Amino acid sequence: MHSFGYRANAVLAFSVTILALICGIASFSDNFNSPSPDAQVRVLNINWFRKKPDGNDEVSLTLNISANLESLFTWNTKQVFVFLAAEYKTPKNALNQVSLWDGIIPSKEKAKIRIHTTNKYRFIDQGSNLRGKDFNLTLHWHVMPKTGKMLRDNLVMSGFRLPEAYR
Amino acid sequence: MDWQGQKLAEQLMQLMLVAFAVVAFIAGYVLGSFQTMLLIYAAGVVLTSLITIPNWPFFNRHPLSWLDPSEAEKHPKPQPASSGPKKKASKKVN
Repeated sequence: MHSFGYRANAVLAFSVTILALICGIASFSDNFNSPSPDAQVRVLNINWFRKKPDGNDEVSLTLNISANLESLFTWNTKQVFVFLAAEYKTPKNALNQVSLWDGIIPSKEKAKIRIHTTNKYRFIDQGSNLRGKDFNLTLHWHVMPKTGKMLRDNLVMSGFRLPEAYR
Repeated sequence: MDWQGQKLAEQLMQLMLVAFAVVAFIAGYVLGSFQTMLLIYAAGVVLTSLITIPNWPFFNRHPLSWLDPSEAEKHPKPQPASSGPKKKASKKVN
């Protein structure tokens, strides 16, 4: 501590070490938050359902998504990425996931969602397996913290069924 | 900065940074604002720098007292044995 430069170095090194430590504790404090989000999705209409010329099935849905994701937010949350995926099983693949809608929630004040929309991304199967198919609509979310590890979780809503015939 | 000043500066730096970190974390957690925590801590780092980095007068209140010159003269510094032979040796080589 004998010179200006030595003291400046000591302050910098020690302050950055402590900064890392408090960021670590802030990240750890997220463990005390036990989120309980809830979501409902309704398929209001099947707008059309067809076999594309290349043989893949495509369906267009009108969805009503309402969710309350406020409990995902803590003081250490930067934003939440949320997406709705259709999930179903085909003979070839045990799990198919098709993203239908997504969004970024920047703050707790905007975490109550009520959206009426057609599917934002096209719902196309790789093949012709969608007729009469039971599928789940799963709301996935990725909680992006300011410091620490990104958390991901999802909520499965089952009991949806596509029609037997193209329309 | 004298010896005791250096010790004081180091202890003051560590104490202040830890204290500000604790205050900043508690304030940030209670207010639910990460930004508040960072701002309080940044203010603490700046204040700590201003207090402990420059060579302020209060770090120089314990100057080292050297022996008086007269005292030093009573115990003369031992002289090196001789530097002659080395010079002669080098001359011979030439």
